[in-house]
Amino acid sequence: MSTDAVLYDHPGPRARARNRIFTVVFGIALVALLYWIYHRFDVKGQWAGTLWKPFTQSSTWTDYILPGLKGTLQAAAIAMVLSLAFGILFAVGRLSDHRWVRIPAGIVVEFFRAVPLLLMMFFIFFGIPFVTEQPMSPLWAVVIALTLYNGSVLAEAFRAGVRSVPPGQSEAAYAIGMRKGQVMGQILIPQAARAMLPVIVSQLVVLVKDTALGYIISYNELLQMGVNNVAANFGNVIQAAMVAAAIYIAVNATLTAVAGWLSKRTRRSGKAPRTTRVLAGATDQTTGA
Amino acid sequence: MRITRLAAVFGAMTMALTVAACGGDDSGSSGGSGSGASGIVGKAEKDKKLTIGVKADQPGLGLQTGSTYTGFDIEIGKLIAKGLGVEESGITWKTTVSANREPYIQQGQVDIVVATYTINDERKQKVNFGGPYYIAGQDLLVPTASTITGPDALAGKKVCSVSGSTPAKRIQTDYKSAQLQQFDSYSKCVTALAGGQVDAVTTDDIILAGYAAQEQYAGKFKVVGKPFSTEPYGIGLKKDDTAGCNKINDILKAAAADGSYKKAWDDTLGKSGKAAADLDVSKLTNCS
Amino acid sequence: MDVFSDADNLDVYVTGFLWILKLTLVGTLGAVVIGTLLAAFRVSPIPVLRGFGAAWVNIFRNTPLTLIVFFCYFGLYSTLGVVFSDDLELNNFWLGVVGLAVYTAAFVCEAIRSGINTVPPGQAEAARAIGMTFRQTLTMIVLPQAGRAVIAPLGSILIALCKNATIIGTIGLMESSNAMKELINSNGQAVFQIFFVFAGTFAVVLIPTGYGFGWLANKMAVKR
Repeated sequence: MSTDAVLYDHPGPRARARNRIFTVVFGIALVALLYWIYHRFDVKGQWAGTLWKPFTQSSTWTDYILPGLKGTLQAAAIAMVLSLAFGILFAVGRLSDHRWVRIPAGIVVEFFRAVPLLLMMFFIFFGIPFVTEQPMSPLWAVVIALTLYNGSVLAEAFRAGVRSVPPGQSEAAYAIGMRKGQVMGQILIPQAARAMLPVIVSQLVVLVKDTALGYIISYNELLQMGVNNVAANFGNVIQAAMVAAAIYIAVNATLTAVAGWLSKRTRRSGKAPRTTRVLAGATDQTTGA
Repeated sequence: MRITRLAAVFGAMTMALTVAACGGDDSGSSGGSGSGASGIVGKAEKDKKLTIGVKADQPGLGLQTGSTYTGFDIEIGKLIAKGLGVEESGITWKTTVSANREPYIQQGQVDIVVATYTINDERKQKVNFGGPYYIAGQDLLVPTASTITGPDALAGKKVCSVSGSTPAKRIQTDYKSAQLQQFDSYSKCVTALAGGQVDAVTTDDIILAGYAAQEQYAGKFKVVGKPFSTEPYGIGLKKDDTAGCNKINDILKAAAADGSYKKAWDDTLGKSGKAAADLDVSKLTNCS
Repeated sequence: MDVFSDADNLDVYVTGFLWILKLTLVGTLGAVVIGTLLAAFRVSPIPVLRGFGAAWVNIFRNTPLTLIVFFCYFGLYSTLGVVFSDDLELNNFWLGVVGLAVYTAAFVCEAIRSGINTVPPGQAEAARAIGMTFRQTLTMIVLPQAGRAVIAPLGSILIALCKNATIIGTIGLMESSNAMKELINSNGQAVFQIFFVFAGTFAVVLIPTGYGFGWLANKMAVKR
């Protein structure tokens, strides 16, 4: 918020004139670029009505896109719950006083953070059935892979969060006779979760996007149903991908907005740990995977 | 710390390999009583139900449109079900992809698989095959005006196929001078062909015919018509279900004789203008 | 039994990781350059630039990389006619680099922006007081300090980029995920060995890299 006022002076007449020139030049360049893109798509016939017509028919939505979206949201929802649980469990594990808990927990978290999700998903789907002799359903392969990866990232976030709680908090809790588990569960984790809310939410956005990788094992999510299957029927893969992209952006923007509202609410209630004054708005750091 | 981590990884690896090896042995001996009453013949008689694994994204063969499936494989599936005494309402269609057909059969997720399923020796070790109900061959789909006449004209050309598929591998090993583009679905390949980014799409001729027959591509593409491999399509079922396999072959023989096989073709792929090949009953598998 | 003692298989493995290495190096360069520029846009006095930066971040951060890479092929290459090379593989590589860079740039931009937040406002105020312009304030005072605070988040972003490079396989590049798939397809019985070799390679490289960034971030931290 305060960036505008801090990084540069209130513009005088000359600065304002210069800014106007920048605005006009950049604006024209941008419009020209967008028009060129539009024009090229037009030349290639990508705006042709027949390619877009399927999206005006309700059956396209009810047969493919909505079931696909349902698959995406279903996998994302289950994986969100499981990875939060996994994250808390392994954060506590890594903070444990016992080496035999701390070290294995650390190995698990570090390993799953370092392995690409795509390899993980593929392995769970095709490799695990060798051991269990049970077919692995695509849904669970997606959910397990997402949980292992995002849970590990969240475990690190929780751990950093717990570390950021001032030591006086746990000392006070021990002083009034709380046990280790109580201190962790009632004092540290709740405060850590609030402090790390932005990180947690951006990780959940990452999780929603990553369901898209389910395509490699033919999980019926939005990309499989809304792009591959729609295109198999109507031959309009580019158009279908545009629609799918718009849906992803809408879902994730909603998730981010809800999180923003949530974090504003917790901040107003004054329970969140104080942070130092900053230059620009809310920070949010993600890893983007 | 590092040593511990490596040791753990190797430990898990050895353990997993051991388990996998044991698992392999088990599956051979445990399912010995498959034929007879517990095979598909018995199941169909008892439950009047059949679960059939099919492809969902191949126009003309197995295409999912909403909750219904259409295509030649689907019609064959219906013929088999009918021959086993199962009504159409008793059929459950299940989408399979190339990579999970054997596990689905072995683990009983599906009773039979009719999904552009080439019979070969490697697969025969794991499952049994009825049929073949169609002899396909790898071919090329090219723009109507293309000068490509066969796989030998592919030098320096860009060819598209699905990543990890047998046709893709054949291009890599036998036609090294061609440039191979791989996508995860044939519709992307066909889109790239329509856009001119690739010069040809390659897979089994019957699959290509399905795309060529789609209305939005009408008149734009042609199948070259010089198959350079032999892909006998079979109907997959549990390895020990010899009775079921024989029954499937009997049903196919009957379908060839009474014209219902030809009708299945004419209703689906026949629309691409390709005449039905005769079902050569002398080539049916011996089910062992 | 031992899949990797076969020269052809070993070649598939090595080629796969060479692509990942190249994608990571070039992609990182692109992402950091574009991301820094976007961050400058987002804190600039000109509303159009701010809006452009915000739109970029919101669009690319919320779209799966799979789709972005898809648009690089079917949008940038197929429809807009941008051709990087006549060689199919090299062209796909560059399309993948573009996809990785524009996607990761959105995250780099946000990391730098939050790095700027760690610089006390007094620093910028003092810079303005001695008459520095916006560009001078940003490049000489704020960004150098922000850069130190950005090391840790940037490190995890770059590690993510390396793992995300496997997604470029969707447009057919034979990088490590496709390489693993191919090896498993032809050596089904050794699925565990193959997976642990591929996953292990990533782990052996990326875990120390992560610790390296953490160490660097601590060492470079601005003492306040």
